[in-house]
Amino acid sequence: MSQLFPAKQVLGFVFSLLLTTVALTVYFLDMSFTAGMTILLVTAFIQAGLQLVVFMHAGETKDKGAIYTNVFYGLIIALVTVFGTLLAMIWDM
Amino acid sequence: MDFFDRFAVPHPSIAIYASMAAIGLTIIAVIAGLTYFKKWGYLWREWLTTVDHKRIGIMYLLSALLMLFRGGVDAIMMRAQLAVPDNTLLDAQHYNEIFTTHGIVMILFMAMPFIMFFMNFVVPLQIGARDVAFPRLNALSFWLFFMGAMLFNISFVVGGSPDAGWTSYFPLAGNEFSESVGTNYYMIAIQIAGIGTLMTGINFITTILKMRAPGMTLMKMPMFTWSALIANVIIVFAFPVLAVLLAMGTLDRQFGTHFFTMDNGGMDMLWANIFWVWGHPEVYILILPAFGIYSEIISTFARRNLYGYKSMVGSMVIISLLSFLVWAHHFFTMGQGALTNSIFSITTMAIAVPTGVKIFNWLLTLRKGKIVFTTPMLYSMHFIPLFTLGGVTGVMLAMSAADYQYHNTMFLVAHFHNVIIPGVVYAMLAGLHYYWPKMFGFMLNEKIGKRTVWLLSIGFILAFMPMYASGLDGQARRMYTYSEAAGFGLMNMISFVGAAIMAIGFVLIVYNIYFSTRYESRDISNDPWDARTLEWSTHTPVPEYNFAILPDVESNEALWDAKKNGHVLFKGDYEKIHMPNNSGIPFIMSCIFFVWGFSFIFSLWIPVIVTTLGIFGCMALRSFEQDHGRYISVKEIEETETNLRGA
Ligand code: HEM
Ligand SMILES: [Cu+2]
Repeated sequence: MSQLFPAKQVLGFVFSLLLTTVALTVYFLDMSFTAGMTILLVTAFIQAGLQLVVFMHAGETKDKGAIYTNVFYGLIIALVTVFGTLLAMIWDM
Repeated sequence: MDFFDRFAVPHPSIAIYASMAAIGLTIIAVIAGLTYFKKWGYLWREWLTTVDHKRIGIMYLLSALLMLFRGGVDAIMMRAQLAVPDNTLLDAQHYNEIFTTHGIVMILFMAMPFIMFFMNFVVPLQIGARDVAFPRLNALSFWLFFMGAMLFNISFVVGGSPDAGWTSYFPLAGNEFSESVGTNYYMIAIQIAGIGTLMTGINFITTILKMRAPGMTLMKMPMFTWSALIANVIIVFAFPVLAVLLAMGTLDRQFGTHFFTMDNGGMDMLWANIFWVWGHPEVYILILPAFGIYSEIISTFARRNLYGYKSMVGSMVIISLLSFLVWAHHFFTMGQGALTNSIFSITTMAIAVPTGVKIFNWLLTLRKGKIVFTTPMLYSMHFIPLFTLGGVTGVMLAMSAADYQYHNTMFLVAHFHNVIIPGVVYAMLAGLHYYWPKMFGFMLNEKIGKRTVWLLSIGFILAFMPMYASGLDGQARRMYTYSEAAGFGLMNMISFVGAAIMAIGFVLIVYNIYFSTRYESRDISNDPWDARTLEWSTHTPVPEYNFAILPDVESNEALWDAKKNGHVLFKGDYEKIHMPNNSGIPFIMSCIFFVWGFSFIFSLWIPVIVTTLGIFGCMALRSFEQDHGRYISVKEIEETETNLRGA
């Protein structure tokens, strides 16, 4: 029975709904820009990670190493691009 | 008539009408020729529907050569216009259109397909595979690139060329300052070609990671394959940025959004920023495979293994990361503070270090080698000093404070031509000479080849060295003329002479192809250069399945092992070979994409909707299609093999 019931996926689904709800509070509650942005960023990254691991099976094959290297490489480049842009276009103008 | 007015060229001239006539006549001649010689079936069966990586490679090569001439004509016209002060050969508008299309054609439609040609033709052979991982996707990549390129090229006879520079900076590229559809062509044509490139990136990473011959670990891959792997990794991370950027530009121009406008919260400088987030990695996408080709050629003709294999690989991995960390060096003067500029100055100078490591590795490979001066080797020997010069001026530009002096002058133009011509173009030409016998079964003439190299280098030095000087004297780039009092006349005249000499060099290459096709011996071995890697271990011409038996590999020079150390490459017996079927869908889908793009550019929304449905229809067709490929029987393999061996 335990093999038939996809506990991991169901829990993952519940958790991702929860994350969505938390993100939605930013719209409904009256909070500062910084607080709102922080909540959105944190929930977005956890959500993305959750999708990759639970629903896109990132860690389940022997290509695990390659997949995670790829994800981290992409993450580093994305962060560098975003923060570099903020630095050049806004913070240091 | 109103409807048709939009297709008229906004700034017509005799030259444009002449080109229209020429294009029309060429199309008629091609159609008539194909019909007369009854070649339509052949064309469709053997080329338009092919999924064979070698044929797709050759089609990339033909497109690249075609575009080299289109871009070359642009270049000569620009140099002619600037040759004397106050010249009126071209007016300002024309000059703008020409430098814009020259840049885009040369980078995206000449250099890119040229490296795609090498990757397609060489990588599967070099890793001992029978094709790429996704052959049909590969055909789609090619046709998308091709349709994008053709769409871009009709711009100057239908609706007007883009004229805001190959970088297409906003606000100049916005509706306010670029009213014609030219910049729409830029957005859409590059978008279509870019999707093709992105798919190539995914395809080749998979191919290289998954389809290597038994025994070929990552650190036993030939250097060109390594460089292709790294270049494709950069493609996969950089091209999505371009796609998003072009989509945002399209939204601004055709749907009234305000990403890059100067009012309503838009930020015009953001275009320059995102453009170079893609743009700088792009120049490394071009140069790394070029480095790979040089590595193969230098080790083959120095008759020894490549010096410092591991440091070569290491420096490419570092370059792949660093190439994403330097983009702001393209706009040091845009107004950001000293902190930002210092950070990007340092990362930029850092990237010169791994590049330098590679130069030293080639020099040390040469040091104990027995050098054979063939044409490809001669190109490589001209590459090392000339490219180094370009790298050094790059480091000069990298100093942000000094860049205020160099930026947007001819000095910058000299720098990037100094890295791209000896770096990328020479590699392409060297590789063309090197791989020609494997593709077509005869060599290109060596005597003409070597003269061409000298001609190109002399022309190159005359054409670009004066620009360093006139740039420092203050000659701005992208200016269509200058007054006599400015004193740039002599320098620009020398440049023009140099450009003309280079043009003769390129014509000689065409002559060489013609001459060699007629007179060179067809009696050559499978390995005419005495090379070291697997692509030379199979027959010439290469059978469609590449290798009857997959080779067994023990080092990064498997063929050399087999020739000198008694290593056995092909063990075991023939087995039936599984091959993919040809398919017309990639071609048809790309044609639909062409119509889609054209309609989009002119905001003809009904055809856009219809063709969008068509595109999805093609994808749906593919999803429900049952196609398990076909088998080549052992008997057929035996026949082909005895035939090829007998010849
Ligand atoms: C040694 C490594 C290199 C360094 C330090 C370097 C540095 C720079 C800098 C600082 C600029 C911007 C200058 C300005 O706009 O004022 C620049 C422009 C450029 N570089 Fe390099 N570069 C290097 C190698 C390359 C290579 C290998 C290529 C191409 C294969 C290349 C192609 C270009 C192009 C196309 C531009 C200018 C494009 C434009 O503004 O239209 N560079 N380089
Ligand atoms: Cu750059």
